[in-house]
Amino acid sequence: MSSDSLRLTVRQLQCERDERVLFRDLAFQARAGEIWQITGANGAGKTTLLRILVGLHGFYEGQVRWHSPLAPDLLYLGHQPGVREELTARENLRFSAALNNQPGDVDAALDAVDLYGFEDVPAAHLSAGQKRRVALARLWLAPKKVWVLDEPYTAIDQSGVARLDQRIRDAAGNGTLVLYTSHHRVGDDVRRLHLGTEAPA
Amino acid sequence: MSGPWWATLRRELTLIWRSPADMVQPLFFFMVVVSLFPLGLSPKPELLALVAPGVVWVAALLAVMLSLDGLFRRDQESGALDQMLTAPVVSVLPVSAKLLAHWLLTGLPLALMAPLLGYMMQLPVPALATLTYSVLLGTPTLTVIGAIGAALTVGLNRGGILLALLILPLYVPVLVFGAGVVRAAVDGSPTQGLLAVLGALLALALSLGPLAVAMGLRISAGD
Repeated sequence: MSSDSLRLTVRQLQCERDERVLFRDLAFQARAGEIWQITGANGAGKTTLLRILVGLHGFYEGQVRWHSPLAPDLLYLGHQPGVREELTARENLRFSAALNNQPGDVDAALDAVDLYGFEDVPAAHLSAGQKRRVALARLWLAPKKVWVLDEPYTAIDQSGVARLDQRIRDAAGNGTLVLYTSHHRVGDDVRRLHLGTEAPA
Repeated sequence: MSGPWWATLRRELTLIWRSPADMVQPLFFFMVVVSLFPLGLSPKPELLALVAPGVVWVAALLAVMLSLDGLFRRDQESGALDQMLTAPVVSVLPVSAKLLAHWLLTGLPLALMAPLLGYMMQLPVPALATLTYSVLLGTPTLTVIGAIGAALTVGLNRGGILLALLILPLYVPVLVFGAGVVRAAVDGSPTQGLLAVLGALLALALSLGPLAVAMGLRISAGD
């Protein structure tokens, strides 16, 4: 179980959407314990890239390989928080925990994202930021080897941003590979992958 | 129980319980359509008994179809569907739990209502049991086939018409044998053979259907 047993290799990745090339000849290699920030203008293909990496989007050319003894132990938080409005915060989190074989104290995780007292409130009555926090609470359950987070900072307030920064750095320190899209920089040692045309030299 | 399958089943039942309108609508549709027939046709018992097998079965089939459009839509809009497809379990697991929950709260109540409506349509009492069995055996097949269509059209804005076009031809065998077995019971002919055909269709749907639904969801997610 050495921390560098997991690698992600992307080679010559190209993806088109509506006859427009989103990215071409994209290549990078990510290892366990690294934090990757994916940046790019709106519509540059950040979400599509993450969906390709987690296997949700199959229409691409090139190679995506997870070098890992098993299928990557993955936690994916998409653009939509995946929270059903009819269910309470606790029910939503408990379901994703069970679905993802992610044991852990659900109530403690909700506390960690500042939802103490909102556990039994139907998600329909929560704000956009609170719904995002219900989804983010999964980061406080049992650890996963890979986190793929699509715009995790959307609608999160300042104290939440600081706590999420800390959580991402801690996870990377424990050997989790984190890939996320956002314009927010988690720390200084973050690797950056910019999609779209580079500024002319 | 906290396995992914049980967790999904529990979640689905809670979801439908929280928005009972989704569950009541197909049942109400079923009841209203069948009750309007005697008013529209004529209340003659011989005539009603003649058309009853077809009327009850067509109404049940359309009621199931009506309930399918929203099967995956809200999960897709909320992003929960992506969670199910990226979870470290085979997606057949949550999918089959969803289908079971859907049938428990649509097909099963339809089967329980069917003998009542059949009686109202002047079906002879011995044929009512056969009607119940046929709906009990036929509706899970309808749910699974319909779910394949719902999975393929979940990404489309107005997928309802396309869904109907996709799945109606596949519903025809279930309708033919379902209504046929009730007619056979009315005539006093043996019914086991036709019920066995319905059972065979169900076995086929159950063995291959959830796989097809999971594949369909993957295709829809890839767009």
